This record gives sequence, structure tokens and C-alpha cells, in this order.
Amino acid sequence: MVRYTFKRLLSLLLSLAVASLVIFAVIEVAPGDPASFMLGMNAQPETLAALRTELGLDTSKVARYLAWVGGMLTGDFGTSYTYRTPVIGMVADRLWVSLPLALYALALSTAVAFPAGIFAASRRGQAGDIGVMGATQLGVAIPNFWFAMMLVLIFAINLRWFAAGGFVGWDKGFWAGMHALTLPAIALALPQAAILARVMRSSLLDVLGEDFMRTARAKGLTERQALWRHGLRNALIPVLTIIGLQFSFLLAGSIIIEQVFYLPGLGRLVFQSISARDLIVVESVVMLLVFSVIVVNFLVDLAYAAVDPRLRSRS
Amino acid sequence: MSLLSIQNLSLSIYGLDILRDVTLSIAAGEIVAITGESGSGKSLTALAAMQLLPKGTQTKGRIMLGETDLTQQDEKTLCGIRGNDIGMVFQEPMTALNPVQTIGAQVAETIRIHDRSISRAAAEIRAAETLTRVGLPQDRFPLGRYPHELSGGQRQRVVIAMAIALRPRLLIADEPTTALDVTTQAQILDLLKHLARADGMGLMMITHDLAVVADMADRITVMREGEVVEEGETGHLLRHMNHSYTKMLFAASGHQVSLPEVAAQPPLLEVTNVSRDYRLPRTTLFSPAGHFRAVDDVSFTIHRGERLGLVGESGCGKSTLTRAVLGLEQVQSGTITLDGAPVFSGNAPNLAVRRKMQVVFQDPFGSFNPRHRVDRLVTEPFHLLPDPPAGADRTRAIDEALTAVGLTPADARKYIHEFSGGQRQRIAIARALIIRPELILFDEAVSALDVSVRAQILDLLAELCGTYDLTYLFISHDLSVVRTVTDRVLVMQSGKIVEEGPTGDTFDNPQHPYTRSLIDAAPVLPEMHAAE
Repeated sequence: MVRYTFKRLLSLLLSLAVASLVIFAVIEVAPGDPASFMLGMNAQPETLAALRTELGLDTSKVARYLAWVGGMLTGDFGTSYTYRTPVIGMVADRLWVSLPLALYALALSTAVAFPAGIFAASRRGQAGDIGVMGATQLGVAIPNFWFAMMLVLIFAINLRWFAAGGFVGWDKGFWAGMHALTLPAIALALPQAAILARVMRSSLLDVLGEDFMRTARAKGLTERQALWRHGLRNALIPVLTIIGLQFSFLLAGSIIIEQVFYLPGLGRLVFQSISARDLIVVESVVMLLVFSVIVVNFLVDLAYAAVDPRLRSRS
Repeated sequence: MSLLSIQNLSLSIYGLDILRDVTLSIAAGEIVAITGESGSGKSLTALAAMQLLPKGTQTKGRIMLGETDLTQQDEKTLCGIRGNDIGMVFQEPMTALNPVQTIGAQVAETIRIHDRSISRAAAEIRAAETLTRVGLPQDRFPLGRYPHELSGGQRQRVVIAMAIALRPRLLIADEPTTALDVTTQAQILDLLKHLARADGMGLMMITHDLAVVADMADRITVMREGEVVEEGETGHLLRHMNHSYTKMLFAASGHQVSLPEVAAQPPLLEVTNVSRDYRLPRTTLFSPAGHFRAVDDVSFTIHRGERLGLVGESGCGKSTLTRAVLGLEQVQSGTITLDGAPVFSGNAPNLAVRRKMQVVFQDPFGSFNPRHRVDRLVTEPFHLLPDPPAGADRTRAIDEALTAVGLTPADARKYIHEFSGGQRQRIAIARALIIRPELILFDEAVSALDVSVRAQILDLLAELCGTYDLTYLFISHDLSVVRTVTDRVLVMQSGKIVEEGPTGDTFDNPQHPYTRSLIDAAPVLPEMHAAE
């Protein structure tokens, strides 16, 4: 297990190094000079020259790459050209909204999907199964911005249980923050829960057909005992894969929901900086997202090994 | 007073009749074999005794375990009986264990599920005792082992340990050794026999292998298409079998084919000092990768028209050697030539040589694309030809190949699911024949077939090699089949050929200890008395 962890960690560092090179190269290789791209067509020559110095475009590419990576390692992501504030601070502020929102949505979707998937699988072909599967069809089909607006209409405007948008900040207390994130988290969780429930169901059905489930029944376990003791853990591998993918998506891909609820999250930051052509911010946020995806994959790999002993001993 | 007594059991699944009026009984300490071909209902009889029947099953009749009618019990009572009063061992040891739980936990589960008052630690002690009893001592097989760390035979011992942990009155074994090698099979059969005798357990043994049946059963029940056709004490039944089906089964099991004589001919396939290595994963990051030598310095020759057998247990390198002969993989050293031309040249299989070789695999169900029609399936080897026949020539070739294997030209437009296992294997042979190869490799080609079908296919093979001047390389773990269908045999162990010689002589008078152990382990059909 130690060796497995070490190997996964090594591959994590390698992936990060490769990703940083690719991101840097794409921005460098893109036609034209980053400074003139950022300033647009009508830039003054002196502004352009100033930005070129600021971006370090007059030094060599290798030196710039090393400075960029070195900066990130020491927490210096550069200064936003548009806002004139350190990128690290902007990203950190946004992360304090996006990360809890992603975790909240993931927790909700898992909490709904697991019981729903297990329920449907254990009643294959019966009314309960058909009902749950129909509901997940709807969950996948409903556009989540529309669902978000419905949530706002019902729970914010009519019932007034929640605010229609905005974020109060964590200094008002944990529960106040969570309260403000509830509607967006539900809107985000709906399609994820639907997908996850379907994966859980089909994975569990595969396992229920395995020979060892019959062995378990021959030992005297009831159907339910066999499902919980032998079925569930074996069914988890594909489910973990989906959870990993979903988390990465929730962290960066919630831009529409952030717009609907007017939340200051990472998605909106990326959107705004792309519109403002603020390459410094874009570069850093992209790197951060890549970092989080790779770390999540690493955690999923560890979770695989925890679930399946065959993976532990193979390495 | 019998322990298990099945009385007039009829069973249907969604209205389809599976069992009709099955009556049989097993006394304590008695070994009763249920035998028959696939579809005879023997496995469902076993599952009925466990009351683990598929959905939509309707039963009539009684299944008495002592004084209890199992068909009348509710699910809760049945769960208390399964594992406690009746244990069951299954066919596929590789998949019968939960891969993510230790063997100790799985054996201990049988104990604790029936008696919650036993502590986890006490259950583990009993699990360890049971594992030791089935031949997995704690110093070599601690409770913390996972199934994937054990071989097939060892896993089957774990399954047996789970089944007998509570010393049930009845043990049901459904084809417990079909997936195992002969030497492992002999050990597992001995273990089952020993356990049944020592604990006074009734043993219901489901098997299609009549040699196994004759070896160990006290009584035999022969089933066909859901009915018991004959039943009796083993010795008596073997001497005085009445039913024509029983006679046919025994005759087909010992079926001998008559191979056409071949005169001495020049060599066709020459394998010279061939070795094949596989890379093992690195043990540490920077250490050099290890190698596993699957085939080790193997040399042999097949002469034109000869039928050569290759026997050995799983993992001995038979399949690797087959792939190398077919030119599917490059070998590390040595040469393989067919008619003087190398099968593998310049990092690619030599197509000119591949045309002269075809292969027939074991699984008649998995080796065809279910979405293609038979004509497309059997013409697959045409892609090896520079100018494949088209139009009327193609149709003629298909008709000829199908006719040669005993099918009709009309079968060309059917899909593969419309055929039985034996017919599928005929189609596989037609596919091999269609480009008129010189050498055909049979990789366990009759192992998955019922004995009566197997006898027909073996006859077909004997006939075809005369008609088409074919040379065979016949790879099998089944010594009795190799004995009848080959002229000469190679015995392979751990990548090496340890013995070689004319088939009859080699089997009658084996020189190498490994060959001897294989032959001793293989169950043998008793002399036939009623067949005439």
C-alpha cells in the first residue's frame, strides 16, 4: 500500500510538471505576443512596452517558465492586469466559495444517488426500480439553469426560505454560508445525482449477477445481507471514478449556476478574465484547476486501492 | 431413513418445463452422483435442494431434508438451513469468492451468520481450523490472504471450507472440479470423499464426467432433459445399465475414433529451440524488469499428415506455444517454420505461411461475432488470401466447407445463436477448412462439448484429416481425447517438453514422472460391460 501510494504520488508530480509545460507552451505558442493580445488592437506603444516588461517578455522563455513555476511554488501567481491585485488573493477568495459549493453539491448528490441506486438495483424491474430510473432520466434531461431558476422562484421568491442570490461570506458564520449555498448546491447536484444513481444501479446489478453472490446466498445470507456485505464494495469502483470526474467538473464547471445565483465563484472569475483578456489570471486559474483535477484523481486512485486489494498487491 | 429425499419434483421457469417427476434420495455418509449432459437439469436439481431457484420458478413435489419439506419453508427458515444444514460448492472457483474480502473473513462469515453469539475472534479460530482441515494450513495460508493470491485449486478449497465450516448434513458439489487441472482435480475429489466419510455427510455430486462418477460415487443418477432415466448403485449400474441413454453416454465417453493411416512423410512444421519470455512488472522503480520464460527451449517437428497431441496443465505454456506457432507473437529465440518458411518474419506474421494454418478454439459460444451471418463468419480467413474468391466461387467455397462439416448450404444465411454448441464447433471447423489449410491447430476444441457431441466432432476430425490431407496439432488437457485422436504426443511442463513419443506407448508406459502423475491423476472409465 505504501509503495502504491508512493507510485501514485510520483505520477501525480509528473502529471503536474507536464501540465504546467503544456499550459505555458499553449499561451506562449499562441500566435502573436501575449502583451498585444491582452491590450487589443488599439494599444499605445508605451503601454505595450510597459506590459511586455511586466510580463517579462524580454527575457528568455526558459527563464520565464522557471519564474512562473517558481512563483507558483512560493504562492506568487503574479498580478492581475485588469484588477491590479495579486492573483493569489483573487483566486483564494473565489475558492472559498467554489470549493465548499462543489463539496456541498457532491455530498448532496452522493447522499441521494447511493440510496436511490441501491434501492433500484435491489428491486430490478419492479415499480420502485422503474420509478427511480424514470426520475433519473428527468434529472439528466432537465437543464440545470432552468431548474435553478425554478428553485429561486419557489424557495426564494414565493416561500422566502432562501436568498435569491449572492453570497453572504463565511464571516457571518458557517451555517449562514451553507444556507446561502443550499439552492445552488441543489441545482448543481441534481444532474450529478441522476448520473451517479444510474451508475450505482448498473454497477450493483453487474455485481449481483456474480458467482460470489450466489456463494454468499448458499452460506445462508439473505438477499439483503449479501447485497450489503458482498455487493456494495465490489460495485464501488466505477462509482468512485464518476465521483472523481464529477468533483472536477463541479469545481470549475459551475459557471452557469454561479451566474444564476450571482455567486463570486471560480467559474465566473475565469469567464471574466477571459473576457478581459487577462492572461495572467487565466493561466493561473487553469493551472489551479489542473492541479485540483490531478489531486482528485490521486485521491480516487487511493480510494480504489482501499476498496480493492488486488490493486494494492499488483504494484 | 434417507437424509435428502426428492420426491416427484417438477419444476418450470416462466412456464417452461425444466424438471419432470425427479425422484432421488441421499443417505447420510453416502455419495450420490447426478450425471447427464447439458440441459439435463442436474444443476437445477441441486439449486432446488438449496431452494436458490431463479425468479419465475414454479415447483411441484417435495424436497425432504430429514423431516422438513424444503419447498414449504419461508425464506427466513431457508437462510437458517443454507450453510448450516446444507453446504454447496460451485463450479468456478475463480469467481466463487468475493475478491475484496479475505478468505478468513469469508469462512468466518458462514459461522457467524448462523450464530451471532459466537465472537469474531472465536469464529476466526474455527475458520482457521476449517481451512487447515481442507488442506490450507495457517502457516502457509493465513486468514488474511485474499482470493487473488491463491490458485484455482486453493480457491476451491476455500469454497469447500465455507461449505463445511458448520459440518452440514448434506454437501452439494456442482461440477466442483470441471475448471481444474487433472492433478488438482484428483486432490479435490479425494478431499470431498474424505470429508463426506469423516463427517458422515451426504454428498450430492453433480458432474458430467463419467470417469469421476464411476471413481467415487456410491450411487449414480442419470438424467436427461429434466428426467431421471436410470438410477442405481454404482457397481450394479455399470454392469447392468438398462437405459439406452446411459449406454450411449458411457459409450460416447470412451469413444474411440479410427484415424486413417499415414505413410512416413516429410516434416511440415518445424519448431527449433523456441523460447518465449514475458516481462514481469518491475519490483522496484529502478530495478531491471524480470522475465518469465513461458516457453523454454522447445523443439519438435510435425510431419505432413501427422496428428500430434500436446498435453499439460494450465500455465505450462501450451497456449503461448500455440500463439507462437500461429505467428501471433514474436519469440525471443529459436525458429518456427512451416514448409521451410518462417511463420514470423520482420516483426510481422508471415501471411504466405499463415494461409496454410488455421485454428479452432475451445469456446463455441465466444469465438463468433453474434451479429454476422454464418457465410461471413466462415469466410473470415479469406482476408489472408491475395485474391479472395468472390461471387459464385465464394458461395461454392462456403457450401463445400459447410457440407464437409455436416451442415447444409442453407445454414449460411443463419446467425450463430441459431446453432447448438456442437454445431457451432462444426462452423468453427468449416471456418478453418475454407482456405484449405495444411495444418489445423485445435486449442481445447472439444473440451466444452457434451460427450455425445464430442464423440461426433472427434469422428468428424478423423474423417476430415483423411479427405483433406490435413495435419493436426491437438492441444488439450483431456488425456482420453488426446489418446484417441493423435498419433504422437508431447507432454509439456513449466514451458519445457518433458516427454515425447507415440501416443499409445507414452500413455501406457510413461517415462517421465510428470507424465506418470498426469496419467495417474486422470480418472478412468471402468471397463464397459453393458455397452455391447
